[in-house]
Amino acid sequence: MTMNKKTEQKIAFALFRLLGLLVAGILFWILGFIIYNGIGVISWEFLTTAPTEGMTAGGIFPAIAGTLCLVAGSVALAFPVGVMSAVYMNEYAGNNWMVRFIRVMTNNLGSIPSIVFGLFGMTLFVNTLGFGDSILAGSCTLGLLVLPLIIRTTEEALKAIPGSFRTGSLALGASKLQTIRKVVLPMAFPNIVTGLILSVGRVSGETAPILFTVAAYFLPKLPDSLFSQVMALPYHLYVIATSGTDIEASRPIAYGTALVLIVIVLLMNLLAATLRKLK
Amino acid sequence: MIQAKDINFYYGDFQALKNISMEIAAHTVTAFIGPSGCGKSTFLRLFNRMNDLIDNVRLTGECLVEGENIYHKSVQVDELRKKVGMVFQKPNPFPKSIFENVAYGLRVNGIRDKKYIARQVEESLRAAALWDEVKDKLKKSAFELSGGQQQRLCIARALAISPSILLMDEPASALDPISTSKIEELIHSLKKDYTIVIVTHNMQQAARVSDKTGFFMLGELIEYDDTKKIFLKPEKEQTQNYITGRFG
Repeated sequence: MTMNKKTEQKIAFALFRLLGLLVAGILFWILGFIIYNGIGVISWEFLTTAPTEGMTAGGIFPAIAGTLCLVAGSVALAFPVGVMSAVYMNEYAGNNWMVRFIRVMTNNLGSIPSIVFGLFGMTLFVNTLGFGDSILAGSCTLGLLVLPLIIRTTEEALKAIPGSFRTGSLALGASKLQTIRKVVLPMAFPNIVTGLILSVGRVSGETAPILFTVAAYFLPKLPDSLFSQVMALPYHLYVIATSGTDIEASRPIAYGTALVLIVIVLLMNLLAATLRKLK
Repeated sequence: MIQAKDINFYYGDFQALKNISMEIAAHTVTAFIGPSGCGKSTFLRLFNRMNDLIDNVRLTGECLVEGENIYHKSVQVDELRKKVGMVFQKPNPFPKSIFENVAYGLRVNGIRDKKYIARQVEESLRAAALWDEVKDKLKKSAFELSGGQQQRLCIARALAISPSILLMDEPASALDPISTSKIEELIHSLKKDYTIVIVTHNMQQAARVSDKTGFFMLGELIEYDDTKKIFLKPEKEQTQNYITGRFG
């Protein structure tokens, strides 16, 4: 059967559109499901108080605070290291075997399951280095987890800057470091921030790496140092959905927790997007 | 001003320049012409050591700027590049304001005096015949300028650090005819203060703007003489063939 080109095109595009809408539809379905089930428990009290009555009532404030601590800690550790490694690989090192080796290893690091990071973090940070179950150990572990992501997005951002800007700067007597600081990094900044957004999303949602390194089952107070244990939203969700004192009774709280987690990630993305525009 | 002696230059195993010697006098405009891949740009980039940025290259021979061997170990490349400015084929202003583009070279070379910077920016923009067009929007992004204006901005940027030599690598090949003629006029007016070396694909342009012309082919300098002589009565047959358009 031969088809007229125009009909063929119409069918193809209709199919593409359908699939595109399907993706958006799934997203809205999940969001709608979470919002529908979770919005009922959201209140000022829910956001600002600790769980009570065996986590079947009360709020989730310690978990929110804990997740924010972990996001801040891990990004503070991984972002400078990641950006500087990427600058080294893309701007300084040229294309020798060592850089190729580092790059392959970085990608491999990125594909290690997160539970393995959790075990590694427990061995190294919690036990060997003696950090104990703490924000520091959890942040280090999560930092390692997102390091490949930050390196890769930064490298892509740097690669996207045409060489003519570098030669233009060097031709004016600027050093390589000045060229990177004053021309290349500012130009790459928006895309580097995108990498940061992705890592924040990743870090705030990960459960496995914090399981053995920081997360507390129930700890209704705020951390007072880097060596404190904290609750965290994803782990709290896991706990009340699978091993709480009364799973049925705490179901609405689980949906509420999921909603808060999603909103936090959305807010951070919004913040980063605003930062991008300001630059 | 510039003296090149027995220059051989290799990209890996490929010899891009073969035994080239040349002297360029101060306050002249010298044009390099020749077919694509003849080595004219490579030769130009020797004078501010832009070829250093490429891996796996090798150079023999001597290259002197103001009597100093610029490939000597004691030479600081950034100091050399302050003395030998460069304008590229495609306008490449930085994503900064017009003012900051011109001030960039001063800032990276450690100048902080705001008055001096402001004066230098204005003078450079005037010298590049751009001042009148941009004086009311110095804070605007350089990307808002047209291609021709951007290229003159790049020239102003190069002039701001007071070089004595200006290298131009096909500065007008990405521009429309009107912008091109503005750049050519500019080259004329800059000649009294600077020594200019320009690589061009456009032979009329070489004839219009330059005092001396060097014709390159396959890495060799075939002929180097007064521009008039090259275009009216070249000594070599290859030159004659090239300028009459029989090849290249």
